[in-house]
Amino acid sequence: MEEIANLFHGFAVVLQPYNIMVMVVGILLGVLIGVLPGLGGANGVAILLPLTFSMSPTSAIIMLSCIYWGALFGGAITSVLFNIPGEPWSVATTFDGHPMAQQGRAGEALTAAFTSSFVGALFAVIMITLVAPLVARFALQFGPAEKFSVFFLAFCSFIGMGKEPPFKTIVSMMIGFALATVGLDSVTGQLRLTFGITELLNGFDFLIAVIGLFGIGEILLTMEEGLAFRGKAPNINLKVVLQTWVELPRYWVTSLRSCVIGCWMGISPAGATPASFMSYGIAKRVSKKGDNFGRGEIEGVVAPETAAHAAGTAALLPMLSLGVPGSPTAAVLLGGLLIWGLQPGPLLFVEQKEFVWGLIASMYLGNLVGLIIVLTCVPLFAAILRIPFSIIGPIILVFCAIGAYTVNNSAFDVVMMMVFGVLGYLLKKCGYPLAPLVLAIVLGDSAEEAFRQSLLASQGSVGVFFSTPLVGVIMTLGLTALFWPIIQNGLTRLRRVPIA
Amino acid sequence: MDHGTHTQSSGPSHRRVEMGVTIGMIVFGAIVVAGSLQVGVTWGPQGPRSGFFPFYIGLIIIGTSAINLAQASLIYRGKLFAEWEHLRQVLAVVVPATIYVFALQWLGIYLTSAVLITFFMMRLGRYSVAFAGGIAVTVMVVVYFTFERWFLVPLPKGPIEYALGL
Repeated sequence: MEEIANLFHGFAVVLQPYNIMVMVVGILLGVLIGVLPGLGGANGVAILLPLTFSMSPTSAIIMLSCIYWGALFGGAITSVLFNIPGEPWSVATTFDGHPMAQQGRAGEALTAAFTSSFVGALFAVIMITLVAPLVARFALQFGPAEKFSVFFLAFCSFIGMGKEPPFKTIVSMMIGFALATVGLDSVTGQLRLTFGITELLNGFDFLIAVIGLFGIGEILLTMEEGLAFRGKAPNINLKVVLQTWVELPRYWVTSLRSCVIGCWMGISPAGATPASFMSYGIAKRVSKKGDNFGRGEIEGVVAPETAAHAAGTAALLPMLSLGVPGSPTAAVLLGGLLIWGLQPGPLLFVEQKEFVWGLIASMYLGNLVGLIIVLTCVPLFAAILRIPFSIIGPIILVFCAIGAYTVNNSAFDVVMMMVFGVLGYLLKKCGYPLAPLVLAIVLGDSAEEAFRQSLLASQGSVGVFFSTPLVGVIMTLGLTALFWPIIQNGLTRLRRVPIA
Repeated sequence: MDHGTHTQSSGPSHRRVEMGVTIGMIVFGAIVVAGSLQVGVTWGPQGPRSGFFPFYIGLIIIGTSAINLAQASLIYRGKLFAEWEHLRQVLAVVVPATIYVFALQWLGIYLTSAVLITFFMMRLGRYSVAFAGGIAVTVMVVVYFTFERWFLVPLPKGPIEYALGL
């Protein structure tokens, strides 16, 4: 019951006029970020993070999380109208969304996409409201070994569950960890891996890495592909919206299934992109109209959009309750917490009630406001998309540079951003995933500290990670996730034996 | 060694680039290991020394990159990384952007950004100086008011901004 009271208190905070204004601005910026190529959720939030330095932490997180919701909504616009996914998680939306637009049903597709996004997010927020406080209370008892085991599980799920080759994921992650260790060692106070270069004393800021890897890297990829926008005009009006809304409840099974898939994939750091593909794939297999998927089936828009938005929202659950972000964007939000002087993790729920519940309340309202804004402003955003890349590209580049500079007021960071940009381009072209690299930079210090403290307590014995049932279970889950592809292979073989 | 298919346009082979990237990672791993050894990788009075954690990270980078290198060497030789023409497009961004990030340390962000936007629009979009310059100046004025006035975030300035007293 205490949670309900806290939540209503949160609503009271969010409903202050200033916070509502911040929310609307955040959503608008977010949709813009989602629509523009080269600006994604993670680096969009990273670039705009400095704008919040002078705000109170609660207003700041409302603005940033609303940018995130906006970006999740925005990705659908480009997918449906232009067949260009603005975000990786909206790739699956293009499969049926764009054919619908080609048949002149763009308004229907967009309404379905936005409404499904809203439903997915709402489901995930309700889950966060109910589950997050429990997880946080449970996690308050965690010692260093438990903390490390949670990090271990998070990173292992990346390796085992990801689409990319496991060894590439491992290298990408380890590079992140290595970059995180550069500079001052927080345990012993010693400098390491700086090789006498003064600029490296403070280490690598992950925000710079995010802006470079995702922002600049994406611009370079866009340049190589020679992107040109040729889109369909959106014909969205109240009549279409209402007609679609009448039709949508028919797909409640698909919707519910996608919500569950999204929440699951969002909490384990697999993220929104695999969630959307998985949901689309299952819907295609299960649906009666499965054969028609890919030719403009509205169910094929509902499934990926619901799952992507549910996953994107659910990614905030581990970030809030454990201090382990479920996606790069959640990682950037976590970085924001540190900058505003808050310690992410279970203690937030005890010490910063107003902040946590303000954020959760803003998830409810932000998604509602987002739904209204995107439904009414689609033509505007579609018009922005028609601006050629030769104008948008350099402006995005300049904003990346401004964002990188303002993180620490350091011009060296802007140079580093460029280095990360070229690196991001090369890594992406060679099939290395970037998300584990970023998460490892963010979590590197905490993971290392937990690891060393555990070893210190056990006098160097690795057995500490299996010393209590809880740690043992989490570590075993982690190992299972790590070797999942091999296990799965073995299981299929076992099943085949009796048939042969 | 050629597999008999002739691609119409040329470019660096994907195999070579990916092998190059992997070798770069092995070098990076070696640097991490070397740096860790400098600060000590053994067990000290306060527990594991500072180099303990990065030392093993470095070793994992070298080990897994070696596997990736072996896999990269098996990539079909005819596969292109990208066509030269497309890479030229990429370099058309990388080179001016690199000059830009170094120049803004001395010239401030406003002038350099305006020049960058103008240059890009003229070069890639074939716009006139007046149109491109107009857009560039408008963007930078918006940036000035948003960042410095509303959100009170200072941006790097150069001699020209100081002369204007901004």
